[in-house]
Amino acid sequence: MGMAAAESRFHVLAVDDNIIDRKLIERLLKTSSYQVTTVDSGSKALEFLGLHEDDRSNSGSPSILTNNHHQELEVNLIITDYCMPGMTGYDLLKKIKESSSLRDIPVVIMSSENVPARISRCLEEGAEEFFLKPVRKSDLNRLRPHVMKAVSKDQKQEKHEEEEEEEKQEEKEIKSQKHQEQQQQQHQQQLSPRPSGNSKRKAMEENLSPDRTRPRYSDIAAVV
Amino acid sequence: MEVGQMQRRLVEFTKSLFMEGFLDGQFLQLQQLQDESNPDFVVEVVSLFFQDSEKLLNDLTSALEQQNVDFKKVDAHVHQLKGSSSSIGAQRVKNACVVFRSFCEEQNLEGCMRCLQQVKQEFYLAKNKFETLFTLEQQILAAGGSIPATEITSF
Repeated sequence: MGMAAAESRFHVLAVDDNIIDRKLIERLLKTSSYQVTTVDSGSKALEFLGLHEDDRSNSGSPSILTNNHHQELEVNLIITDYCMPGMTGYDLLKKIKESSSLRDIPVVIMSSENVPARISRCLEEGAEEFFLKPVRKSDLNRLRPHVMKAVSKDQKQEKHEEEEEEEKQEEKEIKSQKHQEQQQQQHQQQLSPRPSGNSKRKAMEENLSPDRTRPRYSDIAAVV
Repeated sequence: MEVGQMQRRLVEFTKSLFMEGFLDGQFLQLQQLQDESNPDFVVEVVSLFFQDSEKLLNDLTSALEQQNVDFKKVDAHVHQLKGSSSSIGAQRVKNACVVFRSFCEEQNLEGCMRCLQQVKQEFYLAKNKFETLFTLEQQILAAGGSIPATEITSF
């Protein structure tokens, strides 16, 4: 498939206290071309995501964390076991959904037990999918739409912001041209200075652009 | 023994493991995850399972020897073992764990002790079978042959 290079950029955080299952999910994800980080507990997961257990919301940047030691990788999906000592997968899910910086990351729950009440509770809390263990390669196909949706949402927001900025800049240029013309015609006329807010913002946006190295998908519908 | 014979022996042996319930479909999933970039994946995971589970069995033994048995703790260990064995396709070990858990729920000490024995038996049986399987594979590779893919046609 032509998107292989782009696919390998998706990063999944896998959470499971069982060492065998961690090895298995890591291999499964890697064969599906995901980048993988595995941790053995919910609290370690939160640590990796840059959130402390008692934080309710982070006013910082969204899933890109540049202020944390090793966390400069964006996490595109979190897959977690349900039954874990201490913080369960459900607890972890809740904390993620309560965090303003993390709530948009899709979360998938895995469990060896088929308990309908458990499944619906997780889905209600915002989990995208519930996988029964042992997880198979075919299950991973269900991950892609959630990852794509989250990525495209991010990019649409960025694109929208960029387009807005371009429009504002164009407007500004047209206006300043007109201004110049008017000045030439009426050199005695005093006009109030243009606020420089917009150009400052554009400059800031440009400084952020190194983060925008993700591929642009012009047609999300092409992905199945 | 020439390569063709060894390969046939491996196929027959693998088939028997499925027929006798030692292995289930999950083992096939594991094999499918192995490739040139990860040629030892199955051996690695299975070895990890036996290492990790040996510890669990020891923990279970001592947990059941306590004055006041903590059945929740025992159940937690069995749950782990059930999960791991299920993940590698060690069906008989997994099934023994399922029975074990029901005795934990009942807080039936005698039942739990019996189950522990059963699980240990299945565990060592499985270990033996896997060792044979991997040895057969090694012999084929050493003789310059390739491992035939497991084809399950009817179960």
